[in-house]
Amino acid sequence: MKPQKPAVTELELHAYVDGKLPEKRQDEVATFLATNTLESERMDAYRKQNELLHALFDPVLAEPVPAKWQTAGRYRGYLLRQVLAASVCLVAGAALGWTLRGKYGANSAGNLNFAKQAAIAHAVYTPEVRHPVEVAAEEEQHLVNWLSKRLGSPLKIPHLSSLGYELVGGRLLPSDRGPVAQFMYQDKNGQRLTLYVRTDTAADHETAFRFAQEGNVGVFYWIDRRLSYALSGEVAKEELLRVANAVYQKLNP
Amino acid sequence: MDDTKGIATHIPQLRRYARALTGDYSAAEDLVQDTLERAWKRFGLWRSGSNLRAWLFTIMHNIFLNQVRTAPHNQNQPADHLAPHGWGSRTPEERLELEDLSKALRRLPNEQREVILLIGLEQLSYDETAKVLGIPIGTVMSRLSRGREQLRTIMNSTSGASQLKVVK
Repeated sequence: MKPQKPAVTELELHAYVDGKLPEKRQDEVATFLATNTLESERMDAYRKQNELLHALFDPVLAEPVPAKWQTAGRYRGYLLRQVLAASVCLVAGAALGWTLRGKYGANSAGNLNFAKQAAIAHAVYTPEVRHPVEVAAEEEQHLVNWLSKRLGSPLKIPHLSSLGYELVGGRLLPSDRGPVAQFMYQDKNGQRLTLYVRTDTAADHETAFRFAQEGNVGVFYWIDRRLSYALSGEVAKEELLRVANAVYQKLNP
Repeated sequence: MDDTKGIATHIPQLRRYARALTGDYSAAEDLVQDTLERAWKRFGLWRSGSNLRAWLFTIMHNIFLNQVRTAPHNQNQPADHLAPHGWGSRTPEERLELEDLSKALRRLPNEQREVILLIGLEQLSYDETAKVLGIPIGTVMSRLSRGREQLRTIMNSTSGASQLKVVK
């Protein structure tokens, strides 16, 4: 034995107490401790600390979880409050935008608002069980004709079945720049996405995809000729982008 | 949205940690509530397949840290709300030991208590603990080492069963 050289590090002693050493090393440390009373006592004390912590706090694990923490119901409540907060921001933002619009171009602020409005519309209508849409997918032709007429542009509804999303239907919504169409899709788990479409006569051009995160709702939005699109969903950004790409391709075959 | 149900499976552990961390029943329940709200809100940012438990503890740590910064005087209060579940079945010596530990825990700096609890109670790995707290693993180990030693010193110096234990 070479007692002057520390055989075991402080880190290893703690790992020994926490049972995080490989088995072989665990045995070696045990052998070391058998010949070192002071360290052995210290490790016993630390192990005792862990035992007492469990004795003190493990009973918390058995406490019944309050109903408000069972995700779905609680989450809906949360979403609603978030929507209300967002609405307040929107009203304030709209008022501010109105006063500033003479002085500054409304371009970037307008885009930002567009994504926000899409997210709000998404958050308001996707939790609906009985009335998620005004016109259901069964009347798709009527839906297209009606909304095309109101928006003053021929609309197309992209079919996303190949991506696992079925059309639920659509509705007409108001916005600060006139009527907006919202189409809703749903996958087999009930996960809903909405496509928000607005006529933009001033913007006769194309933009790249842009992304905005509005609270829990992610939004990819873009302009394609005379129409602005926003795809909203509470899904991972990659998934949303995958669907946004498909929407774009289906609208531009 | 279905995936957020995965969060619910970690609630008991989050509660245990919050209770031990704050030493106060209602402060702990508030901490869990805040953690869940933030987790639901930011669930889109959690990378599917990565460690959900560690992600939730990270959120809780950040909220706790923020609370400590904004209201430092509310911390380290005596632990008077730790409901002594099942203490009836324990011997007086055991109860004294538990009380000693509970009090000693409150006297530790937050940063040491967090490390001791994440590792000793929640059984996170040293790596996970470093990630949750956003510190290098070397710092985790030095906090663990100092914290455990301080806890031992405090417990040895207080009257109670722990002292009897050492003599025995």
